[in-house]
Parts: sequence; C-alpha cells; structure tokens
Amino acid sequence: MLTLGSGGEGALMYYNEMFDGTKVREAYAGLADWIDHMPAEIRQMKQAEAEALFRRIGITFAVYGEGGDPDRLIPFDMMPRIFTQSEWRRLERGIKQRARALNAFLRDVYGRGEIVRAGRIPARLVYQNDAYERAVVGFVPPRGVYSHIIGIDLVRTGRDEFFVLEDNCRTPSGVSYMLENREIMMRMFPELFRGNRIEPVDGYPDLLRRTLESVAPAKCQGRPRVVILTPGHFNSAYYEHSFLANLMGVELVEGADLFVEGEFVYMRTTEGPKRVDVIYRRIDDAFIDPLTFRRDSMLGVPGLMDVYRSGGVSICSAPGAGVADDKAIYTFVPEMVRFYLGEEPILKNVDTWTLWKDDDYRYVMDNLGDLVVKEVHGSGGYGMLVGPRSTKAEIEDFRLRIQANPSNYIAQPTLSLSTCPTFVNEGVAPRHVDLRPYCLCGERIELVPGGLTRVALKEGSLVVNSSQGGGVKDTWVLSE
Amino acid sequence: MLSRTASNLFWLGRHMERAETASRLFEVGARITLLPNTAEGYQNEWQSLLRATGVADSYAVRYGDVTEENMEKFMVFDRDNPSSVASCMHEARESGRIVRTALTSRVWDALNVSWQEMRAMKPGQEDAADLADFVARHAATVHGAIDGTQLRNDGFHFMKLGYALERADSTARVLDVKYFVLLPRVEFVGSGLDSYQWHVILRALSAHRSFHWAYGEDVSAARVAHFLILNHESPRSLMTSVQEALAHLDALVRRYGEDVPHTARDRARALADRLAGTDIDDIFDEGLHEFLSDFIREIGVIANHVQADYFHGRG
Repeated sequence: MLTLGSGGEGALMYYNEMFDGTKVREAYAGLADWIDHMPAEIRQMKQAEAEALFRRIGITFAVYGEGGDPDRLIPFDMMPRIFTQSEWRRLERGIKQRARALNAFLRDVYGRGEIVRAGRIPARLVYQNDAYERAVVGFVPPRGVYSHIIGIDLVRTGRDEFFVLEDNCRTPSGVSYMLENREIMMRMFPELFRGNRIEPVDGYPDLLRRTLESVAPAKCQGRPRVVILTPGHFNSAYYEHSFLANLMGVELVEGADLFVEGEFVYMRTTEGPKRVDVIYRRIDDAFIDPLTFRRDSMLGVPGLMDVYRSGGVSICSAPGAGVADDKAIYTFVPEMVRFYLGEEPILKNVDTWTLWKDDDYRYVMDNLGDLVVKEVHGSGGYGMLVGPRSTKAEIEDFRLRIQANPSNYIAQPTLSLSTCPTFVNEGVAPRHVDLRPYCLCGERIELVPGGLTRVALKEGSLVVNSSQGGGVKDTWVLSE
Repeated sequence: MLSRTASNLFWLGRHMERAETASRLFEVGARITLLPNTAEGYQNEWQSLLRATGVADSYAVRYGDVTEENMEKFMVFDRDNPSSVASCMHEARESGRIVRTALTSRVWDALNVSWQEMRAMKPGQEDAADLADFVARHAATVHGAIDGTQLRNDGFHFMKLGYALERADSTARVLDVKYFVLLPRVEFVGSGLDSYQWHVILRALSAHRSFHWAYGEDVSAARVAHFLILNHESPRSLMTSVQEALAHLDALVRRYGEDVPHTARDRARALADRLAGTDIDDIFDEGLHEFLSDFIREIGVIANHVQADYFHGRG
C-alpha cells in the first residue's frame, strides 16, 4: 500500500501529531522532556543498540528474508507514536464498527445477498469479483465470522480526521513488528514506561488464540486444537508465522503436515495423527485445497474444503473473505455500516471515484494531475499513478491505460497525512506516518490498544512502504 | 510433536555428525599420503577413501584427477557433493531454521555461526588438520549447546538419536577405509606401514590418546578394532553409539507409550545384544569388511524404521 499527500508545499499544512504550533499536544507531554534531554551521542548510541537488539532478537528477520538482501531489516525509529485514551477510544469504536459491517457483508453475499437486492452494491462487483468464492456459497462458518483478523489501514489528516485507506480481511501481516517494536522499546527505555502509563500490547497472542478457539467447528470435542498453516520457510513472512505460533503455543504446520481422512483434518505427529480443529492459514485461497482451487498447489491440503463445508474444521480467515477488501468494494463499506448496522460510520473513507461511472470518469480524466489512481486489484504500490508526483508524459501514458479498461481503476484525492517527530541524522524532524491496527473477530470483537505505525523516513516522502524507504515505530495508547 | 519437526531435528543431528566425519576422512586421507608406499603413489589412498564413502563415481565425473587439492574441494567445500562438510553444515542449519522454535537460542546461534564461518572459508587456506579442527570445534559447540540447553523432551531425543546413528555409521566407515587401503603385499601385514595406518585411523577419530589409556599397549589391528567396535568406554565405538541410540529410542517409547509403533527400538536392541555377544576374533574370522558392511546396512534399516515409526505420522 502506498500513502500519499500533495507533497512539496511545505510541512506546515500537515497535521503534526506532537506539536500544535509550538505547543506540545497532550499525548506527547511526557515525551517532550525526554527528547530535549537526550544528547546526540546518547541518541546515536541508543539507536545502534536498538539495531543490535533487532539483529539479535530479529536475526531471523534477516535470515528469513534470504531471497533478497540478507541484512534487510525494516528500520526502526525510537520516537514512539502516541494516542491519548480518548483518541484511541474513538478509533477503536470505528474499527470495531467497520469489522462488524465487513463480516455482516460477507455473511450476506454468501447467503441471500440482501445488499445487492436492495440495490446498494452492484451485483457485478460482488459476484464477478475474482475474490468471490462460489465454493462457499450457502455455508455459514462458526459464529458467522468470515474474517477473524482484520487489518485496517488508517491515515490521519487532522485532530479528529481519520481516513481508512484500505481494509485487509484475508491475512494481514506485520503484527510481529507491533510486538517486537514494543519489546525493544521496553528494554531500551524502561524509564519511559515507568513515567508514562502505556497500555500493553503483549496480550495479542493470547487474544488471537482465544479468538481462534472461539470459532471452533461444531464437531470439535474438548479444547480446540489450533494450528497456523504457513506456505513454508521460504516465504518472506515465515518469521512472523513462526513467531506467532511460538507465542501462542500452537503448532506451525505446512500443507504436507496435514491430511484429510473421513470427516476430519489431521496433522502428522510422532505419536500418530492428531485432529486439527482450527486452521489459521497464512496462505491464499487459491492454494488451500488443490481439489477445490488451484490444482497445481503444493501448499494446500487435498480435501480440506469438504471437511470445512461439513463443519469438521474452521479456516481463518474463511475462504472467500477477500471479496470484502477489494478496492472496488471498499467504496461501499460506509454503505455496509448503514445497511447492516443502522449506524453512521465513525471512520471515513477516502473519497473515491470509480472510473466505470461516467461522471467520475470525466472528473478523473480532467484532473489526473491532482489525483492518485490505483488498479482495483493492485497492491504494494504497483500499477498506480500519483498525479502530483508524475511527469506529463507519465500522466498521458497512464491516461491511455485507463482508457483501455476504465473499470480496472479507481481514483482518490492526494491526502495530507499527518507527521510524527522522528529521529533523523540532523536531530528530530517531522515525517509522515500511517497506522495499521489489528482487529480480532470471534466470539467477541477485540483489539489490543496499539498497532503498527509505519513512517516515511525520507524527508517530504509520503511513501511508508518498507520497500521504498519506510520504517516502523512503536505505537502507544496512554491509559487514563 | 509434528512429524516434520521430529524429522528435521533428527537430520540436524545426523548432518552435524556427518560434517565432522567428512572432515575426519579428509584428514585421514591427507595423513596416509604422507607415508610413501606403493609405486602408484598417493592416488591409491584417495581412491580407497572415495570408495569407502561411496562417492567415487561422482568424483570421477566432476573432477577426474585425484589430487589433494581436488579432494579438499570435493570433500570439504563442494555444495554439489551432498556428503561434503559444507553441504552437511548447510543442511543442518536449514533443518534448524525450519524448526527454529524447537531450538534454544544458543543452539540456533551455534548452528548459524558455524555455517556463517564455514561459508566464509575458501579452499586452500588451511591444511587438513586445521580444517578438521575447525569443523570439530564448531560441531562440539553445537553439540554442547544441545546438551547444555535443550529441554529433555522428544525433540531432544530425536536430535541425539540422529547423532548416535550417524556416529555408528561413520565410525564403521572410517574403520572400513583401512580395508580399502590395501597393503601392497601380504608380507606387509604387521609391518611398520600397517601399524602406521592404524595409527592414522585412531588419530582421525581423536582417539589415539584414549586408546593408549585404555590398552596401554602397542597399536595392533585386533586392539584398534576392539577399541572402535566393542569397547564400552570408547566414545565413538560402534557399541557406545548403538547403546546411545537405544537409550534415546527407549526414552521415546517411555514417553509415547507402547501403542506408538517401536520397531526401530526393537531392532536397535537386537543389534546391541548381538554386539554384546560378539568378540573380536569372531569379527576377524568373519572378515572385518564383511562385518562392517553388515553393520552399516543394519544402521540403515534402523534409520528407516525411525522414519516409519515417527515421521510418517498417519498411524
């Protein structure tokens, strides 16, 4: 994902999360002294220490990233990003509301499709969507939950202005950074945690395990056995998979460790087969069962979907959950909140023009130089145009691509995302940030107070992707 | 425990031990060639070494001429030779990486560091003895970390079982080299050359001092063979290795109960009993090479049963 703003106009127009003019905002009151009293040499020493800790604890980040640069660590910034309790409460309500609506939508479109019948969402966008899985139509997973871990990407543009950039309903990653960033900060600056009352995030693995256990299938007897299904140790996120399995105290399995026999799924153990009740899968729908989806998949478990549909095992997130997080569906999430919950959305969407509508198409084509245009199914910053940052030739080139297939694109205004003080070579300077909290949906809907803050480390840059010079920060929520 | 995890732990042990064997064999070769013997020169000894480890053909195809330089590349550094030191250390680390959470951080550190340092070495830098020391030192660090820090659970037993079976196999192979290093003529038996070769074998197993402590006598074929095959105190003897493998298999049976298949344990117990009922004269009457070949085959059978009992996982 790429986050953008209209760059180049100077830092003043961006919301600074720490300073209101020269005044320090409430959330950062406890931190101002800390920064002022940290001489440059101590700061450099601490930064080196943090990196050494990451390399040691996180040595496996590097090891598991072996496909590319073996030393690639995501840069860690020691300056935390902070929310007050009341700011967080509002965010939390908004995130939970959105998570409820997304799950209600999934339940609906794999059932009667009321929202489509009511004409609130075009049928084509749902039923012809690549992520819509016919194989699970009519099947309702335990507790009616389809997406159990929802990562919602947020940006802030003002004191009370938060926008959702993107929902991630399949297998959002990055939560291991949230946990390790905190671990490192607590080791390095214990005094900060004594002086500020900061809500802990280390309950996440337990909460995740309980969430997964709470959606065990009907046929499960006794305490549910949960496993994490990984594509394997060559996957770039393998470290996160094994990190979570370790903290949750569950087995990390590959497809070949599981097999289907009769009505159930078993894992191969040294003591013979053991029944598995809940699979937290970190592989895509297309690969989970070669008998139902891609036949060439070596990562999945043949017959898994039959067991799933007959209530022998739960798969988290449910196959087909991806239909709720695609960029075309995104524009309808506020509508889902109203339709299913009868509430007004607490979190706003970014205005989005959908190019298959004539009015929107004309507007976008007239204003390409000011907008961000994205492919509906694109991700990771590929296949997109950033109007204010592009040359005339690039814009014209992209115009041709849009003309060829307008329904493949959406457009959004460039956002002025907030900045947070960040340690840079010259001292402390504002840098743009976003936020990904992780919402857990099972018997209850919960989230730990925190998330992953990504920061664009280059001056003026609005791109927080780690592949393009982004880093991460610890994210604090102050208790009252 | 997941079958795949157990299997990786087992192979971690085997590969670490195998890396050490490869470097020991290379050292044996290098030392034996220091002694002039036949008209054909040293080529003979390297050839027999290759035959003992069953890789003569693959060497011939890839390198052709037998020289110490090529042998070093092949036995120590060549990643295309699955039995080379580098390949084994890489495999051990890969297994460790896959089951990272089943290892203590000390074990992982030791594995990782040994692989990083191995990777940084280049052929032709060290002589054979230094190379063997280097490998033995890292192998000892890993082994020590396992003994010192791992929980004594099933994973531990699988690792140690891997070590023990591999060690049984490798001592038998090193010993078998002596068979292949044919003395030029029958009248050399019992000659200086003969006993020199036995000396080298002991050295290669870091056992020449302990041999003298244990026997206090001159090196002779029967005594060395006894020391490396039947002696209960010798740490690398076939007897000790089989007893250790049996102890870990017994521990697994105690842990898992009799309902989980235990053919590997039964087979290992039968082998241990058989060794206990053998004396060294029987072995020489049967033929040392024949005895060792049978033994190596039997270790393979036990390893296959370990696979079937525990790593298949379908019950």
